[in-house]
Amino acid sequence: MKILVAVKRVIDYNVQIRVKEDNSGVVTDNVKMSTNPPDDNAIEEAVKIKEAGKATEVVAVSIGEEKAQETVRKALAVGADRGILVKTESVVEPLSVSKLLQKIVEKEKPDLVFMGKQAIDDDCNQTGQMLSALLNWPQATFASKIEIKDSKLEVTREIDEGLETIEINVPAIVTCDLRLNEPRYASLPNIMKAKKKPIEQLNASDLGVDISSRIEQIKVEEPPKRKAGIKVASVSELVQKLKNEAKVI
Amino acid sequence: MSVLLIVEHNNKELRPFTLNAATAASQIDNDVHAVIIGHNCEEAAKALSKLELVKKVIQVEAAHYENFVAENFAPVIVKLADNYSHIISSANTFGKNLMPRIAAVLDTSQISDIIKVIAPDTFLRPIYAGNAFATVKSKDTKKCVTVRPTSFDACESSGGSAPIEKVEASEEFSKTKFVKREEVKSDRPELGTARVVVSGGRGMQSGDNFKLITSLADKLNAAIGASRAAVDAGYISNDHQVGQTGKVVVPDLYIAIGISGAIQHLAGMKESKVIVAINKDGEAPIFSVADYGLEADLFEAVPQFLEELNKLNTIQK
Repeated sequence: MKILVAVKRVIDYNVQIRVKEDNSGVVTDNVKMSTNPPDDNAIEEAVKIKEAGKATEVVAVSIGEEKAQETVRKALAVGADRGILVKTESVVEPLSVSKLLQKIVEKEKPDLVFMGKQAIDDDCNQTGQMLSALLNWPQATFASKIEIKDSKLEVTREIDEGLETIEINVPAIVTCDLRLNEPRYASLPNIMKAKKKPIEQLNASDLGVDISSRIEQIKVEEPPKRKAGIKVASVSELVQKLKNEAKVI
Repeated sequence: MSVLLIVEHNNKELRPFTLNAATAASQIDNDVHAVIIGHNCEEAAKALSKLELVKKVIQVEAAHYENFVAENFAPVIVKLADNYSHIISSANTFGKNLMPRIAAVLDTSQISDIIKVIAPDTFLRPIYAGNAFATVKSKDTKKCVTVRPTSFDACESSGGSAPIEKVEASEEFSKTKFVKREEVKSDRPELGTARVVVSGGRGMQSGDNFKLITSLADKLNAAIGASRAAVDAGYISNDHQVGQTGKVVVPDLYIAIGISGAIQHLAGMKESKVIVAINKDGEAPIFSVADYGLEADLFEAVPQFLEELNKLNTIQK
């Protein structure tokens, strides 16, 4: 079994986001970048499956600017065997990402494609579902548990009402939730080893896919600020305020 | 052209957020048609036809629609899409799972999780977990849009009398099989729609101590929430998680206890009408969004809170 894992380079989740003064986007210069957190869970799960002897190869793919190579390299450091970087010059919408991934899937012929359920920058939550639609493969989104049963997967999904279990045939797409596993840290020797692993570089324009943007971003603003509240001195004052001032209890 | 609303239901009743999504749909165009796909969902279809804002109901029935598998639902919507300018659903796990599968087949760049309709092609949506708001304009002729339900009021559930049209089912997608659903049953209000939410964080120190949260929630008829830290520490199950990766809640009263207020938690609750924070660290970021902050040890403050509530003659339900 071969697993393709898609990883995205995003602003680190601990960074306080700042909106650009001209409202054209958020500040990314000199800002710490990392792998999109649930993509780390996707890589971890693929590597675990390989370690359990149920997969033969784990390939990490990223779509983005030249620097996204670091994101692929990090996936290699935690256990992916080789990498692919599809270089793009501008921001690519999930629809275009899924079309590019479809080309990679046609070339690589993986049995499974894993990725995070959502990227924490644009918060779209679309790419996995779109890719599975384009390929007409089964999809298991928001996965918190994956069990491999021959040519089938049993996946537990986190849904609003609780948990749902589905069984899907391979080949399939799985989008991973944060509670799927605990991503490991790359050890120094593995980081050194990862430097020798191959990363194939492609240009998005060579894949014959129209990735022009369909959505115009008119402006990006700070969300409205909440009015500063007050500190109360005691529980009885709090309850009085809630009863008589805010009138919510 | 009309808008098509994809209805979320449990085959018996409509799920409440359908009413919020209907409101958003009607702000795009008055002519809202609603499609209900299910199995033995007659009652839910009737309830749908009574919604004030719905002009026409399309009902699609088959055994393979019983469990809302996206691979089965998407072809039904794609087939109907020709007649509509917009396809709308809630941006909860139902809509998130389904809509991109439709958008990809229609070759449309989906707009996720809108919080405001500015024009039929222009929407406001949060990015970076609500730390920025983007105004976006779709250039696609057909638009697929998911709606953050808590950002729109629920429409009236009566007053309408839409005709119900039955449409033939599509084929079953055989490579995905539903196995089971474990719904969390509780007598409490649902977290996503509760008027009051009481949440605990890492400051609770143990799952056992969540009893304090439970007693307070009982008293206030509230839903129980938690920060990701509390969930990750195993104090409480993940369906209680409020935040970027959990649920977004907008109650009238949100009480955060022992929660420091990480960015990702604030993203899920800062639109609440009134926020109370109880934390012993006076510098905790939660105080920056709290209307009423109490700097105190929660293990003393929460029992006192219960006592004070007991002194009140009435508590709103």
